[in-house]
Amino acid sequence: MSAAQLATAAGPKARVAGGYTALLIVSLLAPLVFPAYVTQFAFLWVLVVIALCWNVMGGEMGYNSFGNIVFFGVGMYATSVVQVGLYGDVGAYTAAKGGLALDLTVTQYFVGLGVGMFAGALLAVALAGILGLGMLGLRGHYFAIGTLGLGIAAAELAAGWDWIGAGSGMVPPNYPDAAGIDRTTVFYYLAFILAVATFFTLKRLRRGRFGLAINAIRDDEDKAEAMGLHTTRYKTVAWCVSAFFTAFAGGIVGNIVGFIDPRTVAFAGVTYGVWMVLMTVLGGKGTLWGPVVGAAVFHVTQELFWTYLLGWQRVALGLLIVLIVVFFPKGIVGYIRDKWPEKFGYTVDESATGAAADPAQQGGTR
Amino acid sequence: MSPLLEVNNVSKAFGGVQANHDISLQVADGEIAGIIGPNGSGKTTLFNSIVGAHPIDRGSIKFRDEELSRLRVPHIARRGLLRTFQQTRIYKQMTCVENMLISRPHANETLGSMLADFDEADYREAGELLELVGLYAKRNLQAGELSFGQQKLLEFAMALMNNPKMLLLDEPTAGINPTLINGLLERLVYANRELGITLLVIEHNMRVIMSLAQRIYCLAHGQLLAEGAPETVRNDPRVIDAYLGGQ
Repeated sequence: MSAAQLATAAGPKARVAGGYTALLIVSLLAPLVFPAYVTQFAFLWVLVVIALCWNVMGGEMGYNSFGNIVFFGVGMYATSVVQVGLYGDVGAYTAAKGGLALDLTVTQYFVGLGVGMFAGALLAVALAGILGLGMLGLRGHYFAIGTLGLGIAAAELAAGWDWIGAGSGMVPPNYPDAAGIDRTTVFYYLAFILAVATFFTLKRLRRGRFGLAINAIRDDEDKAEAMGLHTTRYKTVAWCVSAFFTAFAGGIVGNIVGFIDPRTVAFAGVTYGVWMVLMTVLGGKGTLWGPVVGAAVFHVTQELFWTYLLGWQRVALGLLIVLIVVFFPKGIVGYIRDKWPEKFGYTVDESATGAAADPAQQGGTR
Repeated sequence: MSPLLEVNNVSKAFGGVQANHDISLQVADGEIAGIIGPNGSGKTTLFNSIVGAHPIDRGSIKFRDEELSRLRVPHIARRGLLRTFQQTRIYKQMTCVENMLISRPHANETLGSMLADFDEADYREAGELLELVGLYAKRNLQAGELSFGQQKLLEFAMALMNNPKMLLLDEPTAGINPTLINGLLERLVYANRELGITLLVIEHNMRVIMSLAQRIYCLAHGQLLAEGAPETVRNDPRVIDAYLGGQ
């Protein structure tokens, strides 16, 4: 069977490789060609990442998580705390409310950033594991509502914690001028690398045991249990995977924005928290490319509306979402998949011949 | 030798309804046993009790000399005691092959094996079992698109993929057309003889169960009414009464 698959896949394979190469070249050159939009492009990759991560939970596993924003915020705070803490006193730094600037060398800055982002990701994974024990016992709408509270609780906790700046927020350390390369360009490429790493990791995971197990949990969790699947373990691992990459995205956003407010930047449930759901639904839940397409469409239209329909941008965006949900309820990629299922590997029927000899071909009575 | 599955004096009530009362049965290794009984006689409740879907009130259930009554569904499934559902359950949005692949045994799962890829042997076995139930040509079709009868066959193939020691089948032929029933029967016997899987089958179709099972238990009103060879049970006046509403 796999031999037959390979034979038919040889043609498209070259096209797919070509497509990836074209995307790679465009992405690498984008900051050089459109220097004015680098920050916007960086945000696009961040949005792709958080949508891909949300899709693991809401799309592939059927657990609509409104709690992913917690990992975004945790990653953001943890990155900055490590960035500051490696070379100074976090308490004094935040107490000065931006008045105490850290003068970091280029090496110090990038070591702090790297260590900080990984620390944030690991912290988020640990948190997902712990929260998962309690939350993933809930199913369906109960999980969604339960996780909705998590983001709000995290924002309030951060807003009350003086060490990380409480309600006045926190400022990541200044970018060293001596670096010789533009700050936004650096974060553009970081976000791009993160998006590529997330995409290919999830692409690999979804075709193996993990991917099929969380799909099975989405389709029928009771059946999955009856077949002996470690459903709780799979669900927890899924949330940890989701948290890992979301936290990196948070670390990058904190540094791009340059100011971490607990409610509107870090644990921003009404912006990033809703967007990650929206982008996935727009692009197509449970598909590989859906979140990527959804993030791109969302980000571009949002920016266009902001530029050309100022004052009405939210109305236009809302209208667009309504139109897409009404006319493409399965999202853009979901619509394409239903239209051309064979392109997605759903071959309808291979044998017209020998149908009579095959009892299953005769079908059931219902 | 002790039986493979041993159910001793199991009782289960839902509020005031006594669904199972003091039921005992044994299934030997390699056997095909049947359970019959009118609607509402407690057959599916007994299945649910055995596979751990709900706790039992009294009694004990032993599988390979291990007490099951305190274990939950997935733990029991991983010990090789598997059930299929009366309302067929498959993963509807996944293809047939994917349905098969994820049904591989899940005992000894580690983080490494959870994140691992499927290998050539997995694909081969999935293909062979789909071939066995005649669904190979539809392997890349979403399972939800299959007809009801085909979904039943897929569910059966998934159960075989899980490599169980014993299979509890809840009305395997319900809703399937008569031609397909014969094919399904052959495959059940094949699984029993060639793959060595012990079967316990709930069935309403008397022709099917009489030809399939070596021993039959009859339940009525949550109690064990009769047991024995198919002929004996069929001719038992109490069984006839229970079915024809003589009580």
